[in-house]
Amino acid sequence: MSTISSKQKIEASLKKRYARERRFRLYGVVSISISSLFLMVLLFTIISKGLPAFQQTWINLDVTLSPALLGVDANADPEALFSAKYAKVIKASLKEMFPGVKGRKQKRALKNLVSNSAAWDLRDKVLENPKLIGTTQSFWFLAKDDIDVFMKGGIDRNLPESDRRIKDYQLEWIDKLIAEGRLEKRFNTTLFTAGDSREPEQAGMLGAIMGSFFTMLVTLLLSFPIGVAAAAYLEEFAPQNNRWVDFIEININNLAAVPSIVFGLLGLAVFINFFGVPRSTPLVGGLVLTLMTLPTIIIASRAAIKSVPPSIKEAAIGLGASRVQTLFHHTLPLAMPGILTGTIIGMAQALGETAPLLMIGMVAFVADVPGSIVDPATVMPVQVYLWSDSPERAFTERTSAAIMILLGFLVIMNSAAIWLRKKFERRW
Amino acid sequence: MPIQTILITLVALLLFGYFLGRKRALRVSDKAKGNRGLHSLPAYYGYMVAIWAGIPAVIILLLWTSFQTQIITSLTVASLPDIMQGQSTDQLGLTVNEIVNLAESGDISAEEDPAKQAAAQHYLRLKAISSQAKALVVVVAALIGMLIGLRLVKADTRARNKVETVIRWAMIGCAAVAILTTIGIVFSVLFEALRFFQSVSPFEFLFGLNWSPQTAIRADQVGSSGAFGAVPLFVGTLLISSIALLIAVPLGLMSAIFLSEYATARVRTIAKPVLEILAGIPTVVYGFFAALTVAPFIRNLGEAIGLNVASESALAAGLVMGIMLIPFVSSLSDDAISAVPRAMRDGSLGLGATRSETIKQVMIPAALPGIVGGILLAASRAIGETMIVVMAAGLSANLTINPLEAVTTVTVQIVTLLTGDQEFDNPKTLAAFALGLGLFVITLLLNIIALHVIRKYREQYE
Repeated sequence: MSTISSKQKIEASLKKRYARERRFRLYGVVSISISSLFLMVLLFTIISKGLPAFQQTWINLDVTLSPALLGVDANADPEALFSAKYAKVIKASLKEMFPGVKGRKQKRALKNLVSNSAAWDLRDKVLENPKLIGTTQSFWFLAKDDIDVFMKGGIDRNLPESDRRIKDYQLEWIDKLIAEGRLEKRFNTTLFTAGDSREPEQAGMLGAIMGSFFTMLVTLLLSFPIGVAAAAYLEEFAPQNNRWVDFIEININNLAAVPSIVFGLLGLAVFINFFGVPRSTPLVGGLVLTLMTLPTIIIASRAAIKSVPPSIKEAAIGLGASRVQTLFHHTLPLAMPGILTGTIIGMAQALGETAPLLMIGMVAFVADVPGSIVDPATVMPVQVYLWSDSPERAFTERTSAAIMILLGFLVIMNSAAIWLRKKFERRW
Repeated sequence: MPIQTILITLVALLLFGYFLGRKRALRVSDKAKGNRGLHSLPAYYGYMVAIWAGIPAVIILLLWTSFQTQIITSLTVASLPDIMQGQSTDQLGLTVNEIVNLAESGDISAEEDPAKQAAAQHYLRLKAISSQAKALVVVVAALIGMLIGLRLVKADTRARNKVETVIRWAMIGCAAVAILTTIGIVFSVLFEALRFFQSVSPFEFLFGLNWSPQTAIRADQVGSSGAFGAVPLFVGTLLISSIALLIAVPLGLMSAIFLSEYATARVRTIAKPVLEILAGIPTVVYGFFAALTVAPFIRNLGEAIGLNVASESALAAGLVMGIMLIPFVSSLSDDAISAVPRAMRDGSLGLGATRSETIKQVMIPAALPGIVGGILLAASRAIGETMIVVMAAGLSANLTINPLEAVTTVTVQIVTLLTGDQEFDNPKTLAAFALGLGLFVITLLLNIIALHVIRKYREQYE
């Protein structure tokens, strides 16, 4: 009797236990799914918002380069040609195309069909060939950001007029331009060839990419040798149970977990205010990022050095090599793939780091592309931050595009690390 | 001479020294009994000469470059007329800035004041002298070092040992950079924070309920003194961090358990990279996503069910931060769980426990110190996280624990106080360093406790 009842008990409880088991498993599936879902939504949002930014709208205008409007003729010297009134000519050609535009507001809107860089483009073309003056030529110019956003479907024409940035009269002009085949979307080369700008249609990433390059160069040149040397010392030479060595190890572990913004405060107080390193430069950015990356590189290098079998080191020492020779001739070359993998991962972290660079002035607006480590510069993630703060709609899609470019660089670096690990990984 | 030229010259000198040393070693050895007469390989004599040439020169170069700005500035100040020197420190700082800008602009005649013109010219002259003297001294130091090194090249000089001693000390120096960094952090935040506490009492800072660091331009403006009570910031930081941990800890822990105990190999090859990608995305991207997509989504959701949600709600920032922390928690828990000996797991399963019972009653208790340590480390990261809150959380210091309202955090305030123009004499700028000190101390304590928990309470099974 009792055996049956305990069997029944067990069977009844088994059902419950299995249900609990299934629920527990489900929690796991749900957790992973939430992470995956979030990642997919994030990537989808960024890519769908950023893809349009790789295209840009251009406007075709028939420009009559009349000497009267320009204030110069074809024989003028280059300086006069340089300061001639090109904006006036473009305005005139727009007026000619859309006669009957009245009122200041509409006139300004008409002028704002094309970007203000159009005048400079025209100037460059005339400087190249002054004979153009006096003729009528057809040129393609960059469209203003509002027109660009509209052309990509960012502004709904069915909204009431007061809710749109593009008014009814502007719509008429755009429709006419489209009908005449004078509006065209082309691949956005500006994004890759220009520095930052206040005008969305003229803003590019090149300045930030070069800034990141110089900053990473400084970081790599400093953190790689220092990190490897520190790791080699701690792993191969440091005396056991020495107070100083323990202190160094505690420091390294703690620095790995110090918030990045604190490194920015350090850079501001020590590098900029005390040592007088110029603000906003890749030099000071690289110095700060070096201190941040060092723990990562040291920890990875130590693991790589530790994994080299002692038999190899002992064989070298047995054949008469000194310990330094053993390190440089055998241990380091064998540990190099692991060290490089750790270094690349550290560099990828540094490339995405933003907060400490805000402290040391790399958040300034820099329109010029930096040419050395002491030119004012900004870096890619800071550029993302700057653009995301701009109110213009066209900057939103450019922010997403900038993120795509940044993520592209990170994917390349991490793939290189994985490839290195796969190719050179050795099991002893 | 610009610094690049000096460096290139120095490298050329070092190479030259190396070859000279090597050649001399070979010649010395020929005189004795062939190569055997040398104590070390010839290359080591070359390295020795290069080290003698390089180290003193590099030390001089570094010191000179670090301190020349300060010395030149103080010399320029000393040359100013007495009336200008008698100004208050702030005024003097402004004047010096003007003079430096004037000198760098290249057009000294633009300035009206003849005293400043003279000072700017003096500054330029000093700068030129300094840069030429620096080049000269560095090159001469390198040459003298090279000569000393060459004199030391003899058959019985223990060159290898000398070079290796230098290498070893260089390695010790590199390892000590970690200590220097910590000292640098402590001193930089401590000094400025102490200056801040001279004008604002620490008591007000730690317990004040009102934070509005804007100092007024006019003296009679409302709130001209600025209020520096940091409690709203601490509460805001805690609120957002708690939301983040509430999301990250269960999801991260369950992900780790699922991946290590339940997932088939195929699922694992898909799910593991997902977590790795989440861990590799820069925080500025999370911040952009939080501000652009998550915050409006939560706001619309709240409106749909009749709640009033701020557009920069703590919930949005905390939610995204939580997702960011999932891979961190997951990888630390994974380490802790996989450190539990297999025999314990198999024993429990062998006694008839289901997998979930094994995990809940055997694995997690055994791995608890590691998991708790991981959570503490995640908390320290959440408190120090900057970009997500800068982009998605608010600026105004509300003292509230309602997750639907906008709050501000310590890191947000540091960023807002320190971006833009800075004067290092007003409490507004210095407050950032006081906040930084608080941040550093809190995260340091959390890290130390976490490491202590992991070390002390880890069960030793082997």
